[in-house]
Amino acid sequence: MSDLRELYQDLIIDHSKRPRNFRVLETANHTSEGYNPLCGDKVTVFLELEQDRVKNVSFQGSGCAISTSSASVMTESVKGKTLAEVEALFDVFHNLVTGKPADGGATPELGKLAVFSGVSEFPVRVKCATLAWHTLHAALQDKGEPVSTE
Amino acid sequence: MNSASELLTADGRQMPHRAFDVQTIRADFPILKRLIHGKPLIYLDNAATSQKPQVVIDTLTRYYSEENANIHRGAYSLSEQATQAYEDARLKVRHFINAPSEREIIFTRSVSEAINLVVHSYGRKYIKAGDEIIISAMEHHSNIVPWQILCEEKGAILRVVPISDAGEFQLDAYEKLLTPRTKFVAVTQVSNALGSITPVRQIIDLAHQHEIPVLIDGAQAVPHFKVDVQELDCEFYGFSGHKLYGPTGIGILYGKAKLLEAMQPYQGGGDMIRSVTFEKTIYAPIPSKFEAGTPHIAGGIGLGAAIDYLEGIGMEEINAYEQELLVYAMAAVSATPGVRIFGTAKEKAGVISFSLEGVHPHDIATILDQEGIAIRTGHHCAQPVMDRFGVPAMARASLAFYNTKEEIDALVAGIHKVKEVFG
Repeated sequence: MSDLRELYQDLIIDHSKRPRNFRVLETANHTSEGYNPLCGDKVTVFLELEQDRVKNVSFQGSGCAISTSSASVMTESVKGKTLAEVEALFDVFHNLVTGKPADGGATPELGKLAVFSGVSEFPVRVKCATLAWHTLHAALQDKGEPVSTE
Repeated sequence: MNSASELLTADGRQMPHRAFDVQTIRADFPILKRLIHGKPLIYLDNAATSQKPQVVIDTLTRYYSEENANIHRGAYSLSEQATQAYEDARLKVRHFINAPSEREIIFTRSVSEAINLVVHSYGRKYIKAGDEIIISAMEHHSNIVPWQILCEEKGAILRVVPISDAGEFQLDAYEKLLTPRTKFVAVTQVSNALGSITPVRQIIDLAHQHEIPVLIDGAQAVPHFKVDVQELDCEFYGFSGHKLYGPTGIGILYGKAKLLEAMQPYQGGGDMIRSVTFEKTIYAPIPSKFEAGTPHIAGGIGLGAAIDYLEGIGMEEINAYEQELLVYAMAAVSATPGVRIFGTAKEKAGVISFSLEGVHPHDIATILDQEGIAIRTGHHCAQPVMDRFGVPAMARASLAFYNTKEEIDALVAGIHKVKEVFG
């Protein structure tokens, strides 16, 4: 049960039940869709970029508690950041959920994202935690085609 | 167990059934002794693949330790013995589904390959533009996609028989879909996502009134009850070995000899020819015509061992036990507040698909896994079924005859734990 509590922390449960920034963003100038065919999770990320800064961000979709809360916390974490800062944060987050040691040198503050550390004990759930991030990454690149975890 | 339940094995021996005692049965499956996260494994994903009894594992070991040789070609005793063992397995399969002849039993890799074989060798030859092929709304992707590929290639049309809210095959709608344009019917006997048993007898009879051949996907049927292809009178019947307590990588296609003989080969290669010159190749007679290349010899022999094991218990006994367990499980799971059950057909086999209010199936599976309970979540390779019920995914517990009421109680306790975590 301790691993479970580590995974399903209160903040994760809260964000899965009441996801923040869960809406269509009318002012978005970049969007991308992500899909995990294994569990059917779907997410659409809406981005409003002003030069190289995330002015606003939102998401919609359906998924498990881990993927929904991850998308929700992600939108809170990247708002106001520059593209370079967002990419650096994704790297650190990816290392966190896959259980890799942080790279040397200056790393950005994880803040609330730290609650996802328990995911590394559940390898099959890593894709749930990173789906929104991969989708955000694609929206930044504006690839215009759906992202799949497979 | 009395003598009335004795049966004949493939080679004509009298084999008395074992008295059905689930604890004795469980002792036959070494994996059931495993601990997962420190708790005894409760394996409820039998519709995905079943566990293997020790006799099947021993058969594989013995084959590779003592009998391994290529078949149908060696002029030495070891090859002769391997060939004999492989062909004995074919006889066991023939007896198991009561096929008229072992020539009508083709070894494939899987039921998917069995269906692809029929699509390739029958469909490509006989299906034309404008023809219609009927499937049902609760097919596994393996009985949808091969037909879609064929339809696209030929300009044929796929027609889908709807299912009711309970997950039952709509016989009336099916009857209306049967027209002079219908050239093939391919339907599952048991839905892998819902457990519904389809009325295959009537489905086949109605098709035959229009002289339409029928393929039955029996992957989820043969593990649960006795199947008799002569009684069904279907043209083709496919199933896989690994869902039948046998090895992975082996499947069966039964086909009526007359049809098989007229069909094109599936793959070209060794073993499927009578003579080869650069001018002309003469194909081997059935079933070899459809078995190009060195087959999964150990898999075939292992499947034979699984069939012996099942017949030693008796499919009637297995079915009676599983039905009792299913009734218990359906009642227990559906009585849990917040649970919604998918698939409440009157005739069902071995599957309890469900969702829990406010919790995604993937989270249910993770939490149950911590209790040692293995269930399937996702779309179960049946996305149209998910769409039919308007959900992205389902949680599915699927039963085998080694499962117990105590394990169902643990599943229900696990679902309560899920609710606790999600407050």
